[in-house]
Amino acid sequence: MSEQPFVIIDDGRPIEVSIHVDAGRVYVPASAASALGWALKPEGLCWGDVCVPLPPGMLEARGLDLARAADALCRPLAVDLGEAAAYLGASVDERCRALASLDAPDFTLPDLAGRLHSLRDQRGRKVMLVAYASW
Amino acid sequence: MVIAVALDKDPEDARPWIEAAHPTHPSLIDTEFRLADLYHMVNVPTILWIDEQGRIIRPNDVAFGDDRFRRVTGLDSVRHLAMLRAWVRGDSPGLTAPQVRAWQRLPTTTEQRARAEFGLAKWLFDQGRTEAAGRHFVLAGELAPHDFTIRRGSMRMQGLDPMGPEFRQMSKDWAAAGHRYYLPLPDTAGQNGE
Repeated sequence: MSEQPFVIIDDGRPIEVSIHVDAGRVYVPASAASALGWALKPEGLCWGDVCVPLPPGMLEARGLDLARAADALCRPLAVDLGEAAAYLGASVDERCRALASLDAPDFTLPDLAGRLHSLRDQRGRKVMLVAYASW
Repeated sequence: MVIAVALDKDPEDARPWIEAAHPTHPSLIDTEFRLADLYHMVNVPTILWIDEQGRIIRPNDVAFGDDRFRRVTGLDSVRHLAMLRAWVRGDSPGLTAPQVRAWQRLPTTTEQRARAEFGLAKWLFDQGRTEAAGRHFVLAGELAPHDFTIRRGSMRMQGLDPMGPEFRQMSKDWAAAGHRYYLPLPDTAGQNGE
């Protein structure tokens, strides 16, 4: 079975990997897994500080079953095989914990001139954050 | 200090608004709708107050700077403005942590799935694969029908006019199903809101 080029967008960060597809399922070989920051340890599948046990069917010779791995990590996965792309989103736990902590999540975005600004630049000042749109 | 962020796919979409405002505050463009994900924003405008230590003092709210849209939105600008001034001046401490948490709407698993579909759609759109993008924008909207950063925010990217007939029908259907389009906090809504 040959490897195919694929893009996994990891919470907004596109990562080019080579994967296997079989019966409509994506399998992530070791090289792709490490590009995602995933490691296979005795404890199971580890990502950052989080380790989850490997349920049956998640690890096969051709690699990690991407959908099962995302499920085990509680991260939402959107896949388009035809477009050779998938988006791995933030888990609901991660977002809820961050917001419930009441520490405003930091962000860095450009202005029209392309200069970058971060929320943390405003420490020491009261901030009213207004999101709007042309739509 | 105001930080204004346009949730727009292209800085050029936001430019007319920014240039008309001549802002002295940071006026930023969020082409990937990152803030909608991080802060669980489901529509615009969304306003948060953040204190000097970076703590959320007032969670996601809807308010307008003036009353030009009051007839359409049912929202008075004066209430939020008065509360804002009191907080900025130090006359009011803002909401307590338990009050903020009580009024926060936190995302669900399904809403995070919708964001993953939107994220994939946006990436495909950025690659010029608009048809494939469209399929995932639609999927995202089906998973989170109350999320207008997804349903209306993606309309231009689907070749639709966000001020046009498809949007008018969307908002008619939404209201007919008994839903509100804007979700102001209880004290912002006051008597004119729901």
